[in-house]
Amino acid sequence: MTAVVAGRHRTRPGAVVALSLAGVVLAVIALAAVAPGLLATHDPLLTDVRAALQPPSAAHWFGTDQSGRDVYSRVVFGAGRSVGIGLLATGLALVVGVVVGSLSAVAPRWADAAAMRVVDVLLAFPEFLVALLVVAVLGPGPANIAVAVTIAAVPVYVRLARAQTRSLAAAEHVEAARIIGVPAVVVHGRHVLPGVLGAVSVLATIGVGTSILAAAGLSFLGLGPTEPTPEWGLMLSAGRNLLLQAPWVAVFPGLAITATVVSVSVVGRILRARSEERGA
Amino acid sequence: MPRSRSRALVTRLGGIVASVVLVLWGAATLAFVAFRIIPGDPVDVMLGPQAQVSEAVKAGIRSELGLDRPVWEQYAAFLGRLVRGDLGESYQLRLPVTEVIGRQLGPTLQLSALALGIAILLAVVTALLVRGRRGRAVAAGVELVVLSSPVFWTGLVLLSVFSFQLGWFPVSGGRDAAAIVLPAVTLALPVAALLSQVLRDGIEAAEREPFLLTVRARGASRRRETLHHTLRHASVGGATLAAYLVGSLLGGAVLVETVFARPGLGRVTLTAITDRDLPVITGVILLSALVFVVVNTIVDLVVPLLDPRLQSSAAALRVRTGVPA
Amino acid sequence: MSGVRVRGLRIDGPEGAIVRGLDLDVAPGECVAIVGESGAGKSLSARALLGLVPEGLSWSTEALEIDGASAQSLTERDWRRLRGRRIALVSQDALVSLDPLRRVGAEVAEPIRIHEPAVRGGALVGRVHDSLRRVALPEPERRARQYPHELSGGLRQRALIASALSATPAVLVADEPTTALDATVQARVLALLRRIADDGVAVVFISHDLGAVARVADRVVVMHEGRVVETGVTAEVLASPRDPVTRELVAAVSHEPLGRAPRADAPIFTAEGITKRFGERVAVDDVSFEVRRGRTLAVVGESGSGKTTLARLAVGVTRADAGRLRFDERDWTPGVARGADRRRVQLVQQNPWGALDPRWSVGRTLAEAAAAGGVPRAARRSAVAALLDEVGLSPAFARRRPAQLSGGQRQRVAIARALAVSPDLLVLDEPVSALDASVRAKILERLLDLQRERDLAMIFVTHDLDVVAAIADDVIVMKDGRVVDQGTVSCVFAAPRHPFTRELLAAAGLGTPAE
Repeated sequence: MTAVVAGRHRTRPGAVVALSLAGVVLAVIALAAVAPGLLATHDPLLTDVRAALQPPSAAHWFGTDQSGRDVYSRVVFGAGRSVGIGLLATGLALVVGVVVGSLSAVAPRWADAAAMRVVDVLLAFPEFLVALLVVAVLGPGPANIAVAVTIAAVPVYVRLARAQTRSLAAAEHVEAARIIGVPAVVVHGRHVLPGVLGAVSVLATIGVGTSILAAAGLSFLGLGPTEPTPEWGLMLSAGRNLLLQAPWVAVFPGLAITATVVSVSVVGRILRARSEERGA
Repeated sequence: MPRSRSRALVTRLGGIVASVVLVLWGAATLAFVAFRIIPGDPVDVMLGPQAQVSEAVKAGIRSELGLDRPVWEQYAAFLGRLVRGDLGESYQLRLPVTEVIGRQLGPTLQLSALALGIAILLAVVTALLVRGRRGRAVAAGVELVVLSSPVFWTGLVLLSVFSFQLGWFPVSGGRDAAAIVLPAVTLALPVAALLSQVLRDGIEAAEREPFLLTVRARGASRRRETLHHTLRHASVGGATLAAYLVGSLLGGAVLVETVFARPGLGRVTLTAITDRDLPVITGVILLSALVFVVVNTIVDLVVPLLDPRLQSSAAALRVRTGVPA
Repeated sequence: MSGVRVRGLRIDGPEGAIVRGLDLDVAPGECVAIVGESGAGKSLSARALLGLVPEGLSWSTEALEIDGASAQSLTERDWRRLRGRRIALVSQDALVSLDPLRRVGAEVAEPIRIHEPAVRGGALVGRVHDSLRRVALPEPERRARQYPHELSGGLRQRALIASALSATPAVLVADEPTTALDATVQARVLALLRRIADDGVAVVFISHDLGAVARVADRVVVMHEGRVVETGVTAEVLASPRDPVTRELVAAVSHEPLGRAPRADAPIFTAEGITKRFGERVAVDDVSFEVRRGRTLAVVGESGSGKTTLARLAVGVTRADAGRLRFDERDWTPGVARGADRRRVQLVQQNPWGALDPRWSVGRTLAEAAAAGGVPRAARRSAVAALLDEVGLSPAFARRRPAQLSGGQRQRVAIARALAVSPDLLVLDEPVSALDASVRAKILERLLDLQRERDLAMIFVTHDLDVVAAIADDVIVMKDGRVVDQGTVSCVFAAPRHPFTRELLAAAGLGTPAE
């Protein structure tokens, strides 16, 4: 599954509305991630068997699950884990990707070709599948899925960093800077690197969404954190068995994932449209 | 000149075979190396932390599985078996891996094929019918939401609505033909969304190209423009995405099969991962590699047919829109 | 009257009127040219004749007749019946104007398929071949089965013209049909257009190139900012233009040769037997020349002649495989071109759109250049202002970004950047090719001033012989990597030795025609 989309925003007022909505959603999610205590109404781990499987009400905004825990609070506390993994994986993958990609662009032909062949193979698979295969090798566990999602995210950044480095290094204005006598290293730092970082950052905003989905998917399969940890994918897995009597247990965590990924993608796409317009 | 053409064909075929072998070998070696370098004794992992087994028994298992040999011998034996089509034996099930995977391959293939068909149909219809700025914006929005939703969640929602609430489809079970509908639709949705987007972007890009002005200046109708010109341009983008889409289907199949409790590779893979059944996992990795290589070969052969500009250096110029960013 | 007749064409955009009241009469067998600079509204007018004005613009006419029938207030469906059948369009650059994924034959067949669906199979193939033969495309059977990218530029353009003519329209609108072609190829395609007009088609020819217009058009209509400023018989308008805009256009294409006396001092830059290979291909083959201070050497050739490679060898960014380059008595190679020496030879690149970092302001780009030239930090701001002034731009430009500049302004900034490090030799690779004629004239003038003020030596690469006449003292003519003619501009133009030079001169309208 992927949140990475190839579309473009054309309507100006539509973009502003979308950006504002996305911004609000992301602000709420961010708050839930760093200070869940502020938003939650109950203790996410507190069980109360008598109040099990209650539909959404004033007391429990999203209802309760099979152990009587408040679904809303669990969703709030789960934000940190999901968002955290998304940011961590993307951040690490970005750094590794830029380093490897930039080096590959200036490396001897055979090294570059070999590296790109590996990257191409990895890129042919969606991130989730790569992450699944990595977990298959490493074994289940919350740390392992973080590693898996990170490894799965790296190839995209390597490819982009390499492509940008090559195209910028060959650009006329970069050659012009070299011709007027600016040292090659300085030229690279001033003219090439900022362009690479700019392009990669835009991709990263969209990539956070993809990583969140991949991590949630692995948790859903039971390969990540275990009960009673509040984690969105895990909650969906538990909610699967309760679909008939208590659909709210599964619906709300899924909604949270969707809302987060949509918002992150919207921001990313608008950033990309802006940077394309600027011609950078 | 027939002789040079047949020679070129043979060279091309040879290149393809070599590429297939290379990727499979690479995947096999990678799997082998990966399993050897992760910490922990495979027998311990296999038996689980609770197992109360004596060292002697463990040693016996180890030698039975050939794990006490030097690494090079294991590697050589491993490759040797692979060449003969023998993927080893599942640790847990004591059955040949080929049988374990083979038996469950059918249901997954069925599901994926149906999903792919639905996805292509949906995508082409949407790309063709949705016109005008507002329509396209709405379609883009819907696609964004579909692609942002976890596929297992949409499956649960569909299951909840159509099976539990409305009772249109059976809840689970692999026998019923109707049972395949919801899983296939669930699996198809993200693929359809991505394909539709790429096709639409392709059509929009083609419509901005100068050659379309020439086509219009000839008095061509909208229909002719699309069917004879822009669709072909857009499908090049779609075709190069084929490998990624197939991968998407496989990954999604694992999740969807879990949601709908269907038999298939998903169950096999998941069980193998939780049980640390290394031969089966290796088998699944190799299968993925095989699928990747087959699909890419087909794409490499088809795309130059669609875009003749790529015919001269098809391998070098594999225009990949495979990263839908 | 057949042909095409327009009265009072108006096209309005979101920011106001783009075309204000164009009148046009083209009879069958006539070729009328619409001339003007970019933004004058010529292309839009051409599209309006086919009812293909882009979305977002509104247009109206007081009268519009195509092939005798009124075309005013037609529905889209009615327009589709006219397009291709009565009036056809040929655009610039067949590489992008023909569907690259379809064979040439299919493209030529399309108008017939649309308007005469009864023609099929063998009869259709026959018509396609006839159409290709009409445009003098050799081996029509083979070419029809090929794809556009497999044909050369000239053949492609002919195929495009063939596809426009296959349903035998009465009117042909050609919008800059030869702009992307080499001069010699252009001459042949222009001759073809003239023949088509002579066959009885009413040809509307849009161009910014007065030279091309002079060869094909019977009458000319000069447009400026959406209005017609002058019209008349081509020869008369070119010989005695009345409107100031027309006069500027005419002056911009007819340059008086420089006629400067040669300098006696030693050359500052020499090349002896320079050769450069890229794999199998020989890009530059045994080229020798000299350049002196305060004088300009022009390097002339068509695409693929090796002139850009030669420029890069001269600047020292590429190493020659054989031969010697000497700058100021010393050997000149990429190895030598470092540090202080790097600054002495500078380059102004061909493409004004790629030459400046899009994220940096003009001031920052020039400040970097000033810094590279050794100007201390405190003095950089005034140095930037001085540079801008030298190239004729106000200091306010320092704050702007490349996206906010026109092509001519960007090129001036690129020149300023090259001058910032005070070079002795300036190599310019087609610096004015992408610019309008009047802008071109101003930049060439400015370059001559700069050359005088700084005693600069210049190597000027171009394919345009008019520019050569305006700016160069000596010229070398290149074809396929070799020098085929060499000498002072007046000598080579008056007495060309090689047939290729003669062809170039004929194509530019200078010198005696070869045929």
